[in-house]
Amino acid sequence: MPAVTETIDAVQSVTEGPYKYGFETDIEMEFAPKGLSEDIVRFISAKKNEPAWLLEWRLKAYAIWLKMEEPVWAAVDYPKIDYQASYYYAAPVKKAGPKSLDEVDPELLRTYAKLGIPLKEQAILAGVEGAGDTPAEGGRMPIAVDAVFDSVSVATTFRARLEKEGIIFCPISEAVQNHPELVKQYLGSVVPQGDNFFAALNSAVFTDGSFVYIPKGVRCPMELSTYFRINAKSTGQFERTLIIADAGSHVSYLEGCTAPMRDENQLHAAVVELVAHDDATIKYSTVQNWYPGDENGKGGIYNFVTKRGACRGARSKISWTQVETGSAITWKYPSCILLGEDSVGEFYSVAITNNYQQADTGTKMFHIGPRTRSTIVSKGISAGHGQNTYRGLVKISPKAVGARNFTQCDSLLIGDQCGAHTVPYIENRCMTAKVEHEATTSRIAEDQLFYCRQRGLTQEDAVGLIVNGFCREVLKELPMEFAVEAQKLLQISLEGSVG
Amino acid sequence: MNAQFEAGPEGFLRRYEGLNNRLPGIRQPWVVALREQAANAFRSKGFPSRKLEAWRYTDLALLAQTGFGEALTPVDEDFALPEATAPQRVVFLDGRFRADLSDGLARSLGANLSAAEGLLGSVARVDDLPLAALNTMLFEDGALIDLPAGADGGAIELLSIIQSGDRPVTVHPRHVIRLGAGARLVLIERALGRGEGRYLHNPVVEIVLEEGAHLTHARIQQEGPGGIFLSTVFANAAAGATYDSFLLHVGAKLSRSEAHVSLNGPKAMAHLNGAQLLADGQHGDCTTFLDHAAPDCASRQTVKTVLAGRSRGVFQGKIHVHQVAQRTDGYQMNQALLLSDQAEIDSKPQLEIYADDVKCSHGATVGELDENQLFYLRARGIPQATARSMLIEAFLQEAVDSVEDETVRAALGTAVAGWWETIA
Repeated sequence: MPAVTETIDAVQSVTEGPYKYGFETDIEMEFAPKGLSEDIVRFISAKKNEPAWLLEWRLKAYAIWLKMEEPVWAAVDYPKIDYQASYYYAAPVKKAGPKSLDEVDPELLRTYAKLGIPLKEQAILAGVEGAGDTPAEGGRMPIAVDAVFDSVSVATTFRARLEKEGIIFCPISEAVQNHPELVKQYLGSVVPQGDNFFAALNSAVFTDGSFVYIPKGVRCPMELSTYFRINAKSTGQFERTLIIADAGSHVSYLEGCTAPMRDENQLHAAVVELVAHDDATIKYSTVQNWYPGDENGKGGIYNFVTKRGACRGARSKISWTQVETGSAITWKYPSCILLGEDSVGEFYSVAITNNYQQADTGTKMFHIGPRTRSTIVSKGISAGHGQNTYRGLVKISPKAVGARNFTQCDSLLIGDQCGAHTVPYIENRCMTAKVEHEATTSRIAEDQLFYCRQRGLTQEDAVGLIVNGFCREVLKELPMEFAVEAQKLLQISLEGSVG
Repeated sequence: MNAQFEAGPEGFLRRYEGLNNRLPGIRQPWVVALREQAANAFRSKGFPSRKLEAWRYTDLALLAQTGFGEALTPVDEDFALPEATAPQRVVFLDGRFRADLSDGLARSLGANLSAAEGLLGSVARVDDLPLAALNTMLFEDGALIDLPAGADGGAIELLSIIQSGDRPVTVHPRHVIRLGAGARLVLIERALGRGEGRYLHNPVVEIVLEEGAHLTHARIQQEGPGGIFLSTVFANAAAGATYDSFLLHVGAKLSRSEAHVSLNGPKAMAHLNGAQLLADGQHGDCTTFLDHAAPDCASRQTVKTVLAGRSRGVFQGKIHVHQVAQRTDGYQMNQALLLSDQAEIDSKPQLEIYADDVKCSHGATVGELDENQLFYLRARGIPQATARSMLIEAFLQEAVDSVEDETVRAALGTAVAGWWETIA
C-alpha cells in the first residue's frame, strides 16, 4: 500500500512540474481596503480586538516607517515597490466552527491535501474541534502545526497535549488576548520597531504568526511548526513570530511556506524574534519555498525578512538552519545576539538561486558576553541567471573575552550566466577573541560528474547528487522530515539548469 | 595662522579657483579639461562619508576639520637625505621635484606634461573617487616614467618627503608610469614625514603595463605622526603582464591606501600583498579592488595587520570576476594580530563572481598570539617578552618573505625592523 501511494505521489510530482504548490485556492475572503495608511493600521488592530498599548505600538512603528527609506545596499535588483497597491489584511471568511471534515470548506481542505499535510493533522488544521487530541498513528513523532493562511492563523494542532507541559503554542493574535503580559514584555525586545525599513513596516501591519513559550526546565515533547501560505492576489504577508525559551528549556521549531504562481510580485515581510534564557536552546529551521517566479523571472515573492535571536542567558543556544529555494528575491539575515556568558550561536544555510532568482542572505553574530561562540556554515548555489550573495557580520565587543567564531562560505556555480558573491564583515575589538573565515567558489568538477555519469546516472541526477553532497553539512542539521523534503527541493529547484 | 585656510571641501575648491591659472598645464586644453572634470566631481561629492560602503570603517573628520595651506619650501635648501633603497632615485620635497637630488630614468611630470598626453588620466577614475578627483584638480608635480618596449629599468626609489610644522600643509603628487611590452621595473615608492605637524599627502599613481611587462611596486608609508596619508593607485595590466605590489603602512596618524587593479588581458597576474603595523593612536586602512576582466588570469593577496595600543586597522579587499574571466585563479588572505585590548580590526574580504569556471577562495583570521606557540618557546627557557617578540616578528616576516625582489625585501625589512624597535 505505501509503495502504491509513493508511486502515485511520484507520478504526480512529475506531472505537476517544478513548482507544485503554485495553485490558488478559490475561497471567500475578507479584505481590508487596498493601500497603507494610519487607518489601515487601526483597522487591523480593531479586527484583532487588540488592547490600546498594542495599537499605540503599531502606530509608533508606522510613524517611524514613514520616515525611513527602503534599503538599497543589498546586491538585489527589483523595480520600486508600490506600498499602496497591496492589501494589508486578507482572511478567509470564518464560518461557525465545523464539527466534522465534511463541514469544512472543501476548498481549504483541498489546499491542505495538496500541500501534503497528513490527514489527521489536516482535520485539525481546518479547525475541527476535538480532533487535536487523537494520538498520532504508528507511534510516529507528532508535529504540532500552526497554519497561517494569508493574514490569519487558521488552526493550531496538539494544543491540549502541549498545554499539559505548560507550553503555549498559539497564533500571536491569540497570545495578545490570553497572555498579554508575555507579549508586552517580549514583543519588539529583539527586533525593535525602527530596526529596519521592513521590520518597521511589519511592526505596523503584522496580522498573525506564531507565539511560543516554553516554561522553565521543559523539553518540548514534539517539533513545533508553522506553515505559511500566501493565497490571495495583491496581498502582502506580514507575520510575526515570537519564541521564548525560559531557563533550561528546549524547543525545535520548523517553518515552511508556499504561495501560488502569479505574474505579480508579492511582498512577504516577516519578523521573527527568539529569546533564550539561561541554559535554554532554540533550534529554528526553515524550508523556504515561496513561489520563485517563472523561468523568465516574471512573478515570485519578495522575501524581505528580519530574523533575530537573543541569547540572554548564560550557556543559552540559538541555532538557525535555513534552506532557501524559493522567492524571486530573498533578503534575510537570521542573527544572534550573544549576551549571556558561554552562549552559542549557529547559522547553517543553503541558498539556491535558479532562473532569475536573487538572494542576498547570511547572518550576523554579535559577541557581547565572555566566551561566546558562533559557527557559520553557508552554502550558496547559483544556476541559470541566479545571483547569490552571502553577506555576514561577525562583531566582537571588547567584553567578549575568549570569544570564538568560525565561518565557512562555499559557493557553487552551475552555468556561466549566474553570479556568486561573498561579503563577510569582521569587526573585532577584543584581543583574546579568535575569528576565522574561509570561503571558496568553484563549479562542479568535471571529474566528479564523469564519475557519476560513468555509473549510469543521468546528468541531472549526477548534479543533484553532487549538490546534495555539497550541502550535506547544512542538511544534516535539519530535523528528519525536513531534511528529506529539503533534499527533494534542491533537486527540483535546479531542474532545467543542466545540459 | 590656521584660520586663514578654510576647512572642508570648500577650502580645496577655493584653492583650485585661486590657483587656476598657475597650475601646470594651463595652456594645454586636455589638462584643463581633466582638471575641470575632476573639480566638478569633487564639488558634487565632497569628502567621502562613512555612509559609503567603501568608507564604512575610515572616518575623514580629521581631514574635514583642518584648513590646509600650501607647502612653502625654499627650493635650494641643503637637505640630508636618508639612505637610498635602490640604485636610482627621484626625490620630491614637499611635492616638488628636486632635480639636484635625483638621478635615473624618472622625469618631472609637471615639467613634461606634453609627454604624458594620452597617458595621464587614462587609467585614473575621478567620478566616484573624490580623493582621486582632488588630486587631479590640484596636482602640480610627480614622477613620469615611460619605459619603451623590452627595456629593463632596473630599480628606482621614488622618495617623497613632506616637512610639517605649526601650519597644516597639503601635497597632491601625481605619478604616471608606463611599461612598454616586455619592459621591467622595480619601483620603491617611499613616503617620509619630517616634523610632528599635521599635513595631507594625497598621491595618485597611474600605471599602464603593456603586454608581458613586469612591475614590482613597493609602497612604504613612513609618514610623520601628524600625517594624513590618502593614496590611490590605478593599474591596468595587459595580456601576460604582472603587477607585483607590496604595501607597508608604518607611520601617519591616519592612512588609507586604495588600489584599483584591472587585469585586462589573458594570463595577466597581480600580487596585492601588504602589511600594516599600527601603534597607539594610529588608523590604517588597506583597501583594494581587483578586476579580473580577462580569462586565465591569476591573483594573490596576503595582507597582515599588527595592532598595538589604541589603534585601528582596516582591510577591505574586493575581487570582481567578470563573466569573460573564465579559468580565473584568485586567492586572498587577510590576517590580523591584536597585541592590545584596546585595538580594533575591521576586515571585509569580498568576492563578486560572474564566471563559472573559476577557482577563488579567501580566508581571514583574527586573534592574539598563539598560547601554544608561546608555551613552546617558554618551555625552552626563552623569557616571555622575547618569546612574544619572536612570534610577532615571525608573523611579519612571513608577509615580507612573499616579496621576490631582493632590493624590495631589504627595504621592507628595514622599515619593519624600525617599527618593531619603537614598539618593543
